[in-house]
Amino acid sequence: MSRHFYGTELTSPLMLGTAQYPSPEILGDAVRAAQPGVVTVSLRRESAGERAGQAFWSLIKDLGVPVLPNTAGCHTVKEAVTTAHMAREVFGTDWVKLEVIGELDTLQPDVFGLVEAARILSDDGFKVFPYTTEDLVVAERLLAAGCEVLMPWGAPIGSGKGLNNIFGLRALRAHFPDVPLVVDAGIGVPSHATQALELGYDAVLINTAVAKAGDPAIMAEAFRLAVQAGALARKADPMEERDMAVPSTPLIGKAMLA
Amino acid sequence: MQGTPRILVKGAGVAGMTAAVTLAKRGGRVTLYDPGGRVGAGASWMAGGMLAPWCEAESAPEDVTAQSVASVDWWAAHVPDVVRAGSLVLAPPRDVGEVARFGRRTSHFQTVDGEQIADLEPDLAGRFHKGLFFAEEGHVDPRKALVALLESLKTMGGQAIFNEADEPDAAGFDWVVDCTGLNVRKALPALRGVRGEMLLLRCPDVALHRPVRMLHPRIPIYIVPRADHVFMVGATMIESENAGGMTVRSITELLNAAWVLHPAFAEAEILEMGTGVRPSFPDNMPRVIQDGRTVYVNGMYRHGFLLSPTRAQEAADIVFGTAG
Repeated sequence: MSRHFYGTELTSPLMLGTAQYPSPEILGDAVRAAQPGVVTVSLRRESAGERAGQAFWSLIKDLGVPVLPNTAGCHTVKEAVTTAHMAREVFGTDWVKLEVIGELDTLQPDVFGLVEAARILSDDGFKVFPYTTEDLVVAERLLAAGCEVLMPWGAPIGSGKGLNNIFGLRALRAHFPDVPLVVDAGIGVPSHATQALELGYDAVLINTAVAKAGDPAIMAEAFRLAVQAGALARKADPMEERDMAVPSTPLIGKAMLA
Repeated sequence: MQGTPRILVKGAGVAGMTAAVTLAKRGGRVTLYDPGGRVGAGASWMAGGMLAPWCEAESAPEDVTAQSVASVDWWAAHVPDVVRAGSLVLAPPRDVGEVARFGRRTSHFQTVDGEQIADLEPDLAGRFHKGLFFAEEGHVDPRKALVALLESLKTMGGQAIFNEADEPDAAGFDWVVDCTGLNVRKALPALRGVRGEMLLLRCPDVALHRPVRMLHPRIPIYIVPRADHVFMVGATMIESENAGGMTVRSITELLNAAWVLHPAFAEAEILEMGTGVRPSFPDNMPRVIQDGRTVYVNGMYRHGFLLSPTRAQEAADIVFGTAG
């Protein structure tokens, strides 16, 4: 378990998105309650026109939490690369959460464009956090392209369905024991976040689950506690589960030969 | 204060017009000034005009509802053509879960099934099977309402100046009520702009009697009927101060929502594409702020028609020395 991302240690395994809150003030309340290691912020749509999102970005900067800009809403390599450059300029960071969306309804990543954009940005000195699927081969390609972090989805963005493919996420963890892994997208309730940490993931990224809760600040606190619980459980080395449906050890006083 | 206070109201958007009329009604000698050439030269012209205290409660602080319940009455008392037919909240089949979530966050509605929806809006018969009906809400055509407030101001003896060349000197007034939105950022640095985009469509094949909100997890949109089969479709909420033309994406999202509501919108005529930038404070709540003899009414966000009557009263209470 590592909270080191490109050599920087985060204070919490919780990454919090800043979109869709009822107001910047409530966003601020949620950030204070979640105490996240980073906040992510979208530049693509807000950028329409030169620096037109400056007022909102200033509010994000004032939160006092490290900023991980993202390329949400980008559908092509070119858009994503341009947006990353703008993010570097606006936020003074070379970190970028890279999203290249391949399908409009599910917002599933276009993994082919993702690898290409990751290579271009890594070569240009960016520290890329790619939003990907749990596909092992894609993961290999992203690492080869220069990524030192992987952010597989739990489920489609905004679906709240939790960890859809536990087997795939376990496999990814097992194949890349030393790569920081973050479950990004699909987390709906705090128990999903706990589960991701229990699986050995280094962090989780939440946005809609907090922003669209009836009380975002309370939900943010629930997530803070949930990632703590998951991280502690992982540290404590959980027991193995046993399948009682498979007969094995004879019970005392009752010989079993089955 | 002695005698009749002379008041300069700056800004002829919804905040300025409600303030001007309220102040004049309470006995002030009001001069209205807006260099924009007419009433509603800013974001107010693009407003939906929904008077929906309970629908707004879904995502706004409770204060919004508490402070706006009387708003429908205020508008009905001050401008013609306020429609009090309630509002309807619907979702396409896949997102029908959003209806229950919306309901949990608010009150003063009744859950309606397909038959009841068809009774309320015959043109939507068979298209939706679950929704919420907020019977006590209303709506108004913002443009007609602003023009009506200007007439009312003039009737009460108020003066309106729309030329920059004729800008009145503030020194000649006892009070300045400043409702100029983002123009006063220097005085109110917490202000930011939130971009909104809207469409006006004419669709003779569809008749609606009340605003319909279409729920979607990412793209919630509303459609407000105006007179003569004109519909306002809005509105995006983007953290940007760009007042430039509408984007293809926003147009597509708004038109898709209209189409989902009723396929006849496919043949609708696009009358207008509008963009406005809403002045907003960090809590997205409008404020009345006194600084000496200046009273700022600002930060209407998306609540201009809903909350400006209350804010106008607060401003008037300061001017007339009756603030609590």
